[in-house]
Amino acid sequence: MEFPSGLYYTKDHEWAKWDEKTGTVTVGITDHAQDSLGDIVYLELPQKGRSLKTHETFGVVESIKAVSDLYSPVSGEVVETNAKAAEDPSVLNRAAYTDGWLMRLKVADSAALSGLMSSKDYEIYVASLK
Amino acid sequence: MNTPKSNQLKRTSLYDEHVRLNGKIVDFAGWEMPVQYTGLADEHDTVRNKVGLFDVSHMGEVRVRGRGSLEFLNKLLTNNVAKIQLGQAQYNVMCYEDGGCVDDLIVHKMGEEDYFICVNASNTEKDFEWMRQHAPASLSLENVSSEYTQIAIQGRFAAETLAPLTDASLDSIKYYWFQQSSILGKPAIIARTGYTGEDGFEVYIPWDHGPKVWQTLLESGAGRGIKPCGLGARDTLRTEMKFALYGHEIEKDLNPLEAGLGWVVKLEKSDFIGAGALRRIQETGPKRALVGLKSLERGIPRQGYKVEHNGREVGLVTSGTMSPSLRVGIAIAYVERDLSAVGTTLDVVIRDQKVRHEIVTTPFYKRPY
Repeated sequence: MEFPSGLYYTKDHEWAKWDEKTGTVTVGITDHAQDSLGDIVYLELPQKGRSLKTHETFGVVESIKAVSDLYSPVSGEVVETNAKAAEDPSVLNRAAYTDGWLMRLKVADSAALSGLMSSKDYEIYVASLK
Repeated sequence: MNTPKSNQLKRTSLYDEHVRLNGKIVDFAGWEMPVQYTGLADEHDTVRNKVGLFDVSHMGEVRVRGRGSLEFLNKLLTNNVAKIQLGQAQYNVMCYEDGGCVDDLIVHKMGEEDYFICVNASNTEKDFEWMRQHAPASLSLENVSSEYTQIAIQGRFAAETLAPLTDASLDSIKYYWFQQSSILGKPAIIARTGYTGEDGFEVYIPWDHGPKVWQTLLESGAGRGIKPCGLGARDTLRTEMKFALYGHEIEKDLNPLEAGLGWVVKLEKSDFIGAGALRRIQETGPKRALVGLKSLERGIPRQGYKVEHNGREVGLVTSGTMSPSLRVGIAIAYVERDLSAVGTTLDVVIRDQKVRHEIVTTPFYKRPY
C-alpha cells in the first residue's frame, strides 16, 4: 500500500496535491481506496466551473461490486477533470496517485489543506481501520 | 484486512487457505468468506475461460432419511421429488402457505427414502426449523452442515482438474446428476452442478478433508490456469446467467411464479405447502415478471434501483452489475407483466438520472462450448 509524501489525505480516502504556481489542488482517490473497491469500471466527474465546498459530493466511482461517492477534500472551483480516466476508469487501479487523478480545483489559498492528514497520519489512520 | 472482525463469525475449514492466498475476507451471511483474491474481473474471466475454485462450505446441508421422506419432501417443495432418480439432483423451491419463498435448494436422491439437500447459507437454520416443524416423527432429519466442506470447481477444465483426485467416472456424471464416490481416499458426493453457467462440479467432502482437497485441486489445475475465486465473481457469474439468489430475486414476499421459476412449480402433483396460493396466482396471471435488462447508455444498474416507463415506476432492480463478460451494465428486475417483452425499452433510475435499458433474452451470457 502506497502513501506518497507531499500529498494531503482525507478520512474519505481522497488525496489532494497543492500546486503553488497555478493555485490549484489536484484530487484523486488513494491506493487504499482503489484496493478496497476492486476493479473500477465507472466514473462520474463534475462539470467544469462547478464550485464545491469541503466534503461536498463531487462524483461517483463504481467498481464491479460497489458504488462509492467522491467527496471534495477542500472548497474550490472545478477547473479541469480527467476525461481519460472517465473513459477508462481502470487507470484508478493502476495509477491512483498519478494518471488516475480526478479533478483540479482552483482554491483561494493553501490554508484550506491544513485540516487534512499528512501521509504519515493517513497511513496510521488506514492501519487503524483493519 | 484478514483479521477477524468478530468472534461470532463462522469460518469454513478453508479459512487459513484463503488468508494464505491473500483473499479479501468479508462477512457474508455470518461467515468470514473471501470476496476476491487476485481481482473480481480476473477471477470471473478465469471461470469463463479456464477453471476456478470456490469455497462454498458456508452453504447448508440437510439429510432427510426414513420412511415417508419422499412424501414429506413433496409436501414441502414445489417441484416433484418423485421424479428424481437415484443419483439425480433437482433444483427446487420451498414455499410458505402464501406462495412466498422460504428458500431455493437442490435435492439429491442418495437412496430410497434418503435425500441430501443443499440450502443457502443465510437460510440454513430457518430452513431446518421449517422442515422440523413439518416433519413426521418417523423421519430422521439432520442439519449436517458442519460435517461438510463444499467446493465448487467451475469452468471448461473442471473435469480434468478433478479427475486425478477421484476414481469416479466424471464423464458419466451428467448435468444435475451426482455420484457417491471418493476424493483423495475419503467419501465424497460429486455433483455436476454449479452457479456459474459453466461446466463444473460441486463436491461435498468431510469437513476436515477440505484443506488437502483444496490444495490438491489448485495443484492439479495449475497447468490449466486455475485460480481460487471469491464470492464477488460467484455473484457476477450467476447474474450473467440470471440465476436467482435468495434475498434478491426470491424472498419471503416473492413467489416462484413471478421469479420465473414456474418450471420447478408442479401444481398438478400432490398437494404441497403454497400450492393453493400459487394456483390462484397462476389463474389470475402473475402481476410481475422477472426480466433481464441491458444498459443502452453509460451507467451500472444496482439492486434497489427503480425501473420506469415514460416516467411511471413499473419495477425494481433485484441484482445489477457491470457484466465482466459483456462489458456493459446488466440487471435482473421485476417489471409489470405488460412491459416484460424482450425488446421493450425501460429506464433504470441511477442517482436521479434515467438511463435507458432494453429487455434482452437471458441468460445474458451463453458458453461457447
